[in-house]
Amino acid sequence: MFSWANPFKLRSRGVMGMNQRNFSYIGRYNDRSLYPNVDDKLKTKTLAIENNIAVPDLIGVIRYQHDVAKVFDLLKDHNGFCIKPAKGSGGKGILVILKTTEEGYLKASGEIVPKNEIIRHISNILAGLFSLGGTDDVAVIEALIEFDPIFKGLSHEGVPDIRLIVFQGYPMMAMLRLATHASDGKANLHQGAVGVGIDIATGKAKRAVQYDRPIELHPDTGKSLTDIQIHDWERLLTLSAGCFEMSGLPYLGADIVLDKNKGPLVLELNARPGLAIQIANGMGMLPRLQHIESLDRRHPSIEKRVAYAQENFND
Amino acid sequence: MASRTPFLLLIITLIVIGSGSIYYRHTEMGIPLTAGEQIDIWQIEATVEFSARNNAVNATLTLPQDPHFELVDEFTASPAYGVQVIRNEETAEAIWSKREAVGRQTLYYQASYKQNNNLPEQPAPEDEAVADVLPEPYQTSANILAELAYEKSGNNSFYVLQVLDLLNSSNQNLVLLNSKYSKTDIFVHLMKLMKIHAYPVKGLVLEDGRRNQQLFPMVKIYVKDKWQIFNVEENSLAEEFPIIVWQENAPSLLDLEGGINSKVLFAISHRSDSALSDATTMALKDDYLDLGLYSLPLAEQNMFKGILLLPIGALVVVFLRVIIGLKCSGTFMPILIATSFIQTELVNGLVGFILIVAIGLLIRSYLSRLNLLLVSRISTVVIVVIGIIVLSTVFAFRLGLTEALTITFFPMVIMAWTIERMSILWEEEGGKEVLIQGSGSLIVAVIAYLLMDNLLIRHWVFNFLGVHLLIMAGILLMGQYTGYRLLELKRFTPMAED
Ligand SMILES: Nc1ncnc2c1ncn2[C@@H]1O[C@H](COP(=O)(O)OP(=O)(O)O)[C@@H](O)[C@H]1O
Ligand SMILES: [Mg+2]
Repeated sequence: MFSWANPFKLRSRGVMGMNQRNFSYIGRYNDRSLYPNVDDKLKTKTLAIENNIAVPDLIGVIRYQHDVAKVFDLLKDHNGFCIKPAKGSGGKGILVILKTTEEGYLKASGEIVPKNEIIRHISNILAGLFSLGGTDDVAVIEALIEFDPIFKGLSHEGVPDIRLIVFQGYPMMAMLRLATHASDGKANLHQGAVGVGIDIATGKAKRAVQYDRPIELHPDTGKSLTDIQIHDWERLLTLSAGCFEMSGLPYLGADIVLDKNKGPLVLELNARPGLAIQIANGMGMLPRLQHIESLDRRHPSIEKRVAYAQENFND
Repeated sequence: MASRTPFLLLIITLIVIGSGSIYYRHTEMGIPLTAGEQIDIWQIEATVEFSARNNAVNATLTLPQDPHFELVDEFTASPAYGVQVIRNEETAEAIWSKREAVGRQTLYYQASYKQNNNLPEQPAPEDEAVADVLPEPYQTSANILAELAYEKSGNNSFYVLQVLDLLNSSNQNLVLLNSKYSKTDIFVHLMKLMKIHAYPVKGLVLEDGRRNQQLFPMVKIYVKDKWQIFNVEENSLAEEFPIIVWQENAPSLLDLEGGINSKVLFAISHRSDSALSDATTMALKDDYLDLGLYSLPLAEQNMFKGILLLPIGALVVVFLRVIIGLKCSGTFMPILIATSFIQTELVNGLVGFILIVAIGLLIRSYLSRLNLLLVSRISTVVIVVIGIIVLSTVFAFRLGLTEALTITFFPMVIMAWTIERMSILWEEEGGKEVLIQGSGSLIVAVIAYLLMDNLLIRHWVFNFLGVHLLIMAGILLMGQYTGYRLLELKRFTPMAED
C-alpha cells in the first residue's frame, strides 16, 4: 500500500510533475493577461463564436439587476437551458433546466423550479455569490446540451466530457471523464470520477483509472470501459486544436462534450489543466510536449496540426 | 532554458553578500554564532488607586534604585494626568498631577527590569553607625539582647545570624521590645548597637504571575564588606525568588496630595530574553551593518524580532509546498497561525485554533443558508470569531484557566478567512478535503512554529541579517525547482509500474 515511485523511473517515462507544469509550461507559455479568455465564460463564448468554434448556443446574458425579469422573454422559445455565472468555477451556481412545464422548470433531479426561484438565482449570480472573490458577475444563459446517448450506462448521473491537452495548437493527450456514484455525479478525478485514456490517433479507449488505480469496468454500471470508441474523433480533435488560436494560450485544457444533434461542443477551457490525464493514459506527457517544442516549424493550419498529432501521437 | 545567467548571478550575489555579512558580523563585530545565555527580565506594574477630593492632585510614587536591577524600559498610563519621571543620584520618582480630579482614580506605572549580574562596586559607608537611644526600659532590653548575641558570635556576620535567631525566639526582652517596636526596627537597632550599618527598606518579591502584591519591610545591612538584604519579619519568605528593593531612602512609597484612601498594588511577570541582543544594544550602537536595529527602542526591537521570523515561515511554506507537495489552505495563513502559536504556546494554540475554527464552521454553515454576499459573510464571520474569543476567554477565566487568555493573540481576520475558505471547501469538495487541507495547514503551522520558536534561529535572524539574503536565495532556487514533489512520488506510483 505504502509504495513510492522511483523518481528516476518516472522521469525516464516522461511523467510531468506539478512544479514542472507550473514552471516550464504554464509559467513559460501562458500569458497571464490572456487568462480572462478562459476564466470568463462569456468572453470564451464570444471568442469561440468569432473563431467558428462550436459551443452551446448563447440564449442571452443578464447583466443588471433591473433586467432580471427580462429573462423570461429570452427563455420563451427554449424548452431546456442552462444558467451559469460567467466567472464561476467548479460547477457552482449552475442551474440546468431540462424542460419547461406548466408548473415551472424541470431540473435533472426531477425537481420543479418556480419562476421566482429563477429570478432569485440570477440575482445571486449578479451579486457575485458564486464567483471567485465575490466580485460582481453576469449570468450567462445557454442552450441545453443534449447529451449523445452513446455514453449511456457509462456515466452515473453526471455528464461525460472529454478533456484534451492542447499544446501549441496540437492536441496531444485525451481523457474521457465519467462521473460515478462516488464522485457524486461530478467529473473530477480526485473526487472519484473515472478517467479513461483515449488514443489521440483513433479515439479508442486505452485504459481506465479510478482513484489513480487502473480499472476495467465502470464501478456503478459494470460496463466495460476499454472498448469505448469515440465517434467523429477527428472533428473533435479539430475543434480542440482551434481553441489555441481562439484563446491564445499555448498550454491549454479543453473540455468537450458531445451533443446529440450538434456533435462536439467546447464546454469550457482551462489555463491550468491537471496532471491526472497522465495516469488515465498510463504515460507521461513530457515526450510529446518536448516533441512539439523541438519542431523546427510548427504547422499554421489546424488540419495539418491534427493530422500531425494523429500520426505522431499514437500508441 | 532562456538565459539563466542573470538569475544565477542574482543567487550567487545573494549568497555571497549574505554569508559575507554573517562572517563579518561574527569575526569583526564579535557576535557569537549561538544564542548564548538567557537573562531574566521582570516586568512590574504598579497600580496607584485613591479617591480624589475634587481639587488638585499631586501623586509621587517612589521608584526603585536597586543596583541589582537595571531599568530596561518604563511606561506610565493615566488618563488626563501630567506625568513626569525624575531620576537622579538621590531619588527616582514618578509624579502625576492634575488640576482637578473627582472620584476614584487609577494611575499606572509599568517598568521592565533586568537582573544585573556584574554589580558596580558599592562604596563602603564612611562614618560609623550610631544607634539612637531608646526610652527605658526598651534600651536596657535591647542592650541585653545585643550582649546575648555578641557572646555567641565571633564576628559580625555570626552576630547577624544570632540576632536573627533571637528575633524568632520567645526571649522575654524581645517580647517587651516587640510590644512597641517592629522586628525590623529591633533588628536595625541591634545592628547599630554593634556599629553595623543598617536601615529599613521596602522590597518587592519577584514571583512570576503574582498580582495585587505589596511591598515587604526588609533591612539592608553592611557586613563582610558588602550590602545585604534581610527579611526579618517573616522567616518563611521563600529564598528562591529574587527581591527588588523598591523604597530605600524615601520616607514613603506614595506621597499623595489631594486624595485619600490610597493604595499601591504591584503585578509581576517574568520573561527570558537573549542576553546577547541586550549586550549588542550596548556595544554596537553605531554599526551601520545592522541598519540601526539595535538603536531602536526596545519595544520596536521586539517587534522586529517577530517580523524577522516571518522569512523563516515563508521558507517553510515554500519548502513544504514545492518540495514536499503538502496542500494547505491559504498560502501564508499557516505562518500567521504559527506566529500566534509563539504567543500562546503550542498546545494552547492548537486547542484554541481547532476550537475557534470548529465553532466558526458550525455557525458559518448556518450563514451559508442565508445567501449572503461574500463581504458581508466574511464580516459576519469576523464578528462571530471575536464573539467566540471573548466568550471562551471569559468562560475560561471563570474556570481559572488563565492559559486560555492567550487565545486573543489569534489574528481574528485571518481566522475568519480560514473559516470562510474551509466552509467553501466543505460545500464544494466535502468534509474530507477540509480535513486534508486543514491538517495540512496545521502541520505547516506547527513546523513553522517549531523553527520560529528555536532559540538559535531567533538569534540568527535578528543578529545576522545576512541570513535573510540566504533565505531569499533558497526560496528563489526552489522557485525554479522542476523536479517531482515528494507526495507526487506516491501519487504517480502506478506510472512507475511495468
Ligand atoms: N449548457 C449545458 N447543458 C447541460 N449541462 C450543462 C451545460 N453547461 C454546463 N452543464 C453542466 O454543468 C457542469 C459544469 O459546467 P462548466 O461550464 O464546466 O462550469 P464550471 O466551470 O463551473 O465547471 C458540466 O459538467 C455539465 O454537467
Ligand atoms: Mg467544468
